[in-house]
Amino acid sequence: MTTASLAPEWHDSKRYLWPMGAVVIALPLLGWALYALSGWAISWWLAPIFVYGVIPLFDWLIGTDENNPPEARVPTLERERYYRWAVYLAVPIEYLSVVFGAWMFAHGTLAWHEIVGLTISVAMISGVSINTAHELGHKTDTFERWLAKIALGPVAYGHFFVEHNRGHHVRVATPEDPASSRFGENFYEFLPRSMIGSLRSAWALERKRLARQNRSVWSIHNENLQAWAITVVFFGALTVWLGWIVLPFLLVQAFYGATLLEVVNYLEHYGLKRQTRADGSYERCQPQHSWNSNHVVTNIFLYHLQRHSDHHANPTRSYQALRHFSEAPQLPSGYASMILLAYLPPLWFKIMDPKVVAHYRGDMRLANIKPSRHDAVIARYAAQRASGVV
Amino acid sequence: MPFKKWRCVICDYVYDEELGAPNDGIEPGTRWADVPDSWSCPDCGASKADFDMVEID
Repeated sequence: MTTASLAPEWHDSKRYLWPMGAVVIALPLLGWALYALSGWAISWWLAPIFVYGVIPLFDWLIGTDENNPPEARVPTLERERYYRWAVYLAVPIEYLSVVFGAWMFAHGTLAWHEIVGLTISVAMISGVSINTAHELGHKTDTFERWLAKIALGPVAYGHFFVEHNRGHHVRVATPEDPASSRFGENFYEFLPRSMIGSLRSAWALERKRLARQNRSVWSIHNENLQAWAITVVFFGALTVWLGWIVLPFLLVQAFYGATLLEVVNYLEHYGLKRQTRADGSYERCQPQHSWNSNHVVTNIFLYHLQRHSDHHANPTRSYQALRHFSEAPQLPSGYASMILLAYLPPLWFKIMDPKVVAHYRGDMRLANIKPSRHDAVIARYAAQRASGVV
Repeated sequence: MPFKKWRCVICDYVYDEELGAPNDGIEPGTRWADVPDSWSCPDCGASKADFDMVEID
């Protein structure tokens, strides 16, 4: 045996699938192509059919993959430019899809149900593009950070760029984080709390940072204003070109797209809480503070976002190198399936509440609970625990 | 030599040499150069290489 054969030999089984993340962003265009070929009106609904139907089905059929790259392979894997280009590609496709959607909305002479399908399709890809921006916005490279802001333009969610890194990552899985959902909180309660809380936090973070530089919050250096300006210019240009008629289309798709991010936020940390140390600070974010999934299909379309524990422990680690942790709590299926459950609170609570309770072995004092139900939840599970049910 | 402060470029956490990071076993007064490379930002987990030096306020 030669020493060469002992070197870490590892191949990324998902390597050639990563560009699928950019292909999904082209779904409104692919829907149009399908319509041209088939004449089926349902083609305009291609993106929601894909995200809500095809991905959950294939997650179920194909299942999970717990394969991790060996640590020795990570440095070279991180440096491979191929993986970065696979992500960059999604940004121009996003703009093509939204511009196409706006033109089709204004001039496509579509029936009302086709208009609805088109608007939701464009909303889905705007929403999924927040995931593109997420992958780019965690990097320290100036080009990638600008590309992240550009990717957030069509969904009008530029403050995510600020809030996610400096707000959510710092306060994740604590009651102070607007983007960490609480046990007993349904998605429709979480949505406005997260949307408004994140916006306020992003503004406060930039105010504080700019004050350190003796600058006003209304400065050109405010990264919220920079990112929102991209939306204003983009929506403004489309309005000048296609008329006022496209504004409701743009606003509705942006809002719906943002709800797609928020429903993913909802399921990433549901009920999980970091404990406080003797000095009052929170313990570090660890694998047990995020919900994970190894379902292959969603992992490809979301750049391993579901390996969420490793992402929070190592936020600058690139997607291709993120690892599965066996000690991290696992969702019963991929994010694409779980968002359907999140839309239906009684089903969500039925499936997820026992998982949170099991995670804390019935000691719900350790969980992040909706304040109005806090005492009742603790009392209920303490009683069950005492009688040996949990 | 006066103590210096270092700021995480990802989340704005400040490492103050004077205070150290006792929760991570880094004693007060530990110089940045003596903080192990394996240490990461206590707030967001960014690696030591992601910190920038900031002037003393």
